[in-house]
Amino acid sequence: MTALLHLLAALGRAVIAALAGIGRVTLYASDAVSHLARPPFYWREFGHALIQIGWLSLPVVGMTALFTGGALALQIYAGGARFNAETVVPSIVAIGLTRELGPVLGGLMVAARVASSIAAEIGTMKVTEQIDALTTLSTNPMKYLTLPRLLAATLAVPMLVAVGDAIGIMGGFLVGVGRLDFGAATYLKTTIDFLETWDVVSGLIKGAVFGFIVALMGCYHGMNSGRGAQGVGRATKSAVVASSVLILAANYVLTEVFFSA
Amino acid sequence: MIELHDVHKAFGENRVLRGVNLTIGSGTSMVIIGGSGTGKSVALKCILGLIRQDSGTITLDGRDVTTGDRDAFLARFGMLFQGGALFDSLPVWQNVAFRLLRGSLKRPRAEAREIAVEKLRRVGLKPDVADKFPAELSGGMQKRVGLARAIAAEPEIIFFDEPTTGLDPIMSGVINELIREIVVEMGATAMTITHDMTSVRAIADNVAMLHDGVIQWTGPVGDMDQSGDPYLDQFIHGRAEGPIEAVR
Repeated sequence: MTALLHLLAALGRAVIAALAGIGRVTLYASDAVSHLARPPFYWREFGHALIQIGWLSLPVVGMTALFTGGALALQIYAGGARFNAETVVPSIVAIGLTRELGPVLGGLMVAARVASSIAAEIGTMKVTEQIDALTTLSTNPMKYLTLPRLLAATLAVPMLVAVGDAIGIMGGFLVGVGRLDFGAATYLKTTIDFLETWDVVSGLIKGAVFGFIVALMGCYHGMNSGRGAQGVGRATKSAVVASSVLILAANYVLTEVFFSA
Repeated sequence: MIELHDVHKAFGENRVLRGVNLTIGSGTSMVIIGGSGTGKSVALKCILGLIRQDSGTITLDGRDVTTGDRDAFLARFGMLFQGGALFDSLPVWQNVAFRLLRGSLKRPRAEAREIAVEKLRRVGLKPDVADKFPAELSGGMQKRVGLARAIAAEPEIIFFDEPTTGLDPIMSGVINELIREIVVEMGATAMTITHDMTSVRAIADNVAMLHDGVIQWTGPVGDMDQSGDPYLDQFIHGRAEGPIEAVR
């Protein structure tokens, strides 16, 4: 009986800790977003974050999409051949990339590259008292560090997803035409004929949500970093793990919502 | 005038400040001494509002520091952090002119740069340092840049957190002299935290010793050597034996 009570108590503590964590992140996010309505807005920081998060992530997202599109074409061809349905390759590659793989893989790559870098940068600023210095210089760290990154990631990741979609479809096209003997014009026509606007738009919405998650996790864990190199390392790891898991969870929830709509 | 009245602050079970009472007169230089971990930095951060005290009041010119316009309050302060706390991503001149490039004290960019270069010159750095990044500077130069940033907006009150830690004795002497000169020349109120007794004698008008969460002794720097306080005597002479327990 006592052992059962101990087990329940441990479970209860874990649940309370998890709920407290969710509460802290929610309060942090709402505080950050509320600064949108309260000037000043640091445009220079926003521009810098757009370049760091968007432009500089382009190579890694592009490469991921290119290879994924190529591999997807081969896999769908292999699967489709069992039902004499090889001709579905272009349309399934396009739909699979725009609705699912483009935003998810793009989001995960950005999580690995950006959440880690934001958490490490802000965590280092915290342990070297740069965050305190910002405050003493009459600059709110939430406005100066968090809000520009949150906004930049929410805008940049959908753009990355859009570019990734195009590159991924090109990857499928290159493999389809070069390896699977599709005609170039037929491949493109089938892609365009079966792809709907909503396929692309739903992926872009996912991208915006994933971008927000990545920047939020990077900033939150950086701001709450422990002391020293170990503290910053732990904050960086937590940011990447949390943003990756949240992206996959949010992807399921959004897909369910889009599926039901 | 800055006044701390019965200020308490604990971190979990660790009661760092246990009723601090301290007055820092306008235009005077107060140095707070005490062993490592005695809460000197916590007291300073409580005054700035970076940490909220659990109980007690802190007033600036009779007004509670937790009330009123925070930006206007902070605009009266300058601070030199222990490690410099310079922003790595910005060149030196933008660090120095940080406050002049944004917010209520914003100036045109060219004018802000001119002021930054002038402040750098005041702390003994050449104009070519202005375009370097903090990581390219030595520890002593970073301290000087931090000092230039602290005085850039001509604050009424300047805080110095361990200004000579990590510097060689000659550079420490240079920084001490600079701090003294600047404080006198600006007529600013200064509060310095240190356990470097050379700094204390060079910078202080008044000294306060923090021990066990309370101000153990306070008085003019000239009275320090004849205080008769066993805690202060042990500290300023660096003796292992005495009422302050030294962990071996």
